[in-house]
Amino acid sequence: MSTKIVTARVGIPDSFLLSTYLENGGYAAFKKALSMNPEDVHAEVTASGMLGRGGAGFEAGRKWSMLKQDPIRYLVVNGDESEPSTFKDHLLVENDPHQLIEGTLITAYAIGATRAFIYLRGEFALGLERVQTAINEAYAYGAIGENIFGSGFSIDLVLQPGAGAYICGEETALIESLEGKRGFPRIKPPYFPAVIGLYGAPTIVNNVETMSNIPWIISNGGKAFAALGKGRSTGTRLFALSGDVMKPGNYELEMTSKTFRELIYDPALGGGLKEGRSVKAVIPGGVSAPWIGPDNLDLPLGQDEVAQAGSMLGSGSIIVLDDHSCAVRAVWRITKFFNRESCGQCTPCREGSGWIEKIMHRIELGSGTESDLDLLLDVCDNIAPGLTWPPQQTTICVLGPSIPSSVVSGIKMFRDEFMIHIKEEGCPFVH
Amino acid sequence: MSFFNPENLEKAQVLIGLYPDKRSALIPLCHLAQGQHGHLSNEAMEQIADLLEIQPAEVLGTASFYDMLHTEEVGKYLVGVCTNVACMLGGGIELLEHASDVLGVPLGGTTEDGMFTLEEVECVAHCDKAPCAQVNYRFFGPLANGDFDQLLDDLRNDRLSESVPPHGVLSRVFRDAPAMVPLEIIHRERRAMDDEKKARQAALNKDAGGNQ
Repeated sequence: MSTKIVTARVGIPDSFLLSTYLENGGYAAFKKALSMNPEDVHAEVTASGMLGRGGAGFEAGRKWSMLKQDPIRYLVVNGDESEPSTFKDHLLVENDPHQLIEGTLITAYAIGATRAFIYLRGEFALGLERVQTAINEAYAYGAIGENIFGSGFSIDLVLQPGAGAYICGEETALIESLEGKRGFPRIKPPYFPAVIGLYGAPTIVNNVETMSNIPWIISNGGKAFAALGKGRSTGTRLFALSGDVMKPGNYELEMTSKTFRELIYDPALGGGLKEGRSVKAVIPGGVSAPWIGPDNLDLPLGQDEVAQAGSMLGSGSIIVLDDHSCAVRAVWRITKFFNRESCGQCTPCREGSGWIEKIMHRIELGSGTESDLDLLLDVCDNIAPGLTWPPQQTTICVLGPSIPSSVVSGIKMFRDEFMIHIKEEGCPFVH
Repeated sequence: MSFFNPENLEKAQVLIGLYPDKRSALIPLCHLAQGQHGHLSNEAMEQIADLLEIQPAEVLGTASFYDMLHTEEVGKYLVGVCTNVACMLGGGIELLEHASDVLGVPLGGTTEDGMFTLEEVECVAHCDKAPCAQVNYRFFGPLANGDFDQLLDDLRNDRLSESVPPHGVLSRVFRDAPAMVPLEIIHRERRAMDDEKKARQAALNKDAGGNQ
């Protein structure tokens, strides 16, 4: 039986209500934290070694250490989950909003935030209702507000809905959006949130899953968390498995304890593929990540392991393509997404994504030419010079340099398939 | 003339009071306006601007960035079919074609009776139920063509009116606690913000001077 941290209460009836949460040990960690010094709470999180669960994989404890110690500082929780095929935070906000709130309050206490915000993706209507209900319950319970549980610590927690924009998951764009503006990422430097964030004040932005791990870390200790997993990959992670598998879903696994193959084929996990089919490619870590092939299926699900194979664990989402799915069509659809979601500030991203989508579309529809492949790589090279991984950046944020990942992977791994589309003037797959 | 009805005007004031800077309430107020009226009208944006002490063009300029804020009328049910990669692998593109056929409208179109507007949406984080669709941001999936037809039938006949409110109504749970952090902190926050703005303006003025 593997350890469940963030999904421990998922499946319990009414898991989203305060009464259920309290029956299952809820808010004990926050009370414990309030009896400690903020520095000691921070030290536990540092000792846990937890890497942020949003996608960049930066250590949470270290991130907190970078917060400029101004009298006014903010905590913002990033719940703008929009990376295609990532659906883990969606599960957490709907099923265990109090766990998220408790983690947020503990963090606010540890970093000395004067106010905290949970920015939740606008499309999560049920999630917004569940989290707002939970916030209301937590105020009434005395866990939020003035002089919490008699500790002298006061904090307000505000739920902020987004309004439909992938780019607002980028932390500086999220801050702009929270300030009531268009979601335009800010240039770094100088706008590192830990120094100049919300309203110009030092701000920590942490992901929903990161926050949801905090109560367990405080209850059980950072060491217990660090004992799970291997190397830099400590604790558990919520893997969102989708695509051509029999049992897509969210699976919380101890990090590095399973390989891609086990996640996909284990009858208790992904349940394998349709009969007679085989894995053609896997997109780990969201569509911003380079693809991996069937030869890499025995890689353990760990941060460094996937990085060494030239990709990233990113947001923890894993998309499987089987041998009946078209790689060209997948690349085209991914580039269409980036084109649609580019905020438009930087030319390489705004123009590049549009041209790449057009070229990919004509290849998929059968009117591409062989020279289009070089053209695609050339445009990609203008967005992320050298086509390396991690990519070089010509833009304000990392949306732009994420565009080449699928294009370069597709051409590198499935050049033959591109050529069939071009020579036979159409897609050979049945849709 | 107030666009917001008295109940929503009160909610608007509560929302504005939650932030050190009023403008942060812009998106929540746009959702509130859509909840009242179904879309974001000029009258709504003018009043939001008034309440936030900014220009109506700034409200529109922000709202136009976001897919969920509709400055034009949409149907009672905004049907969004996801075709992003996980849904695509499960037949999302074909589901969208089917949706367009049975509704008799192109992408972005609204049925003549004003019931349905059809959209193609990007990933809505429901990928284990691919292919999926959202109706006013309530999720359904996996949907075979027949399931989709049944969904439309249920919506037309008010069988889902409890779980799917009319377009614009997002969260039906309103915050019931006002901001409680001591005023002294809020005042300090506002001063810090003003200082930051002044410093930024001073830096800009200096740059402008340097370029002359």
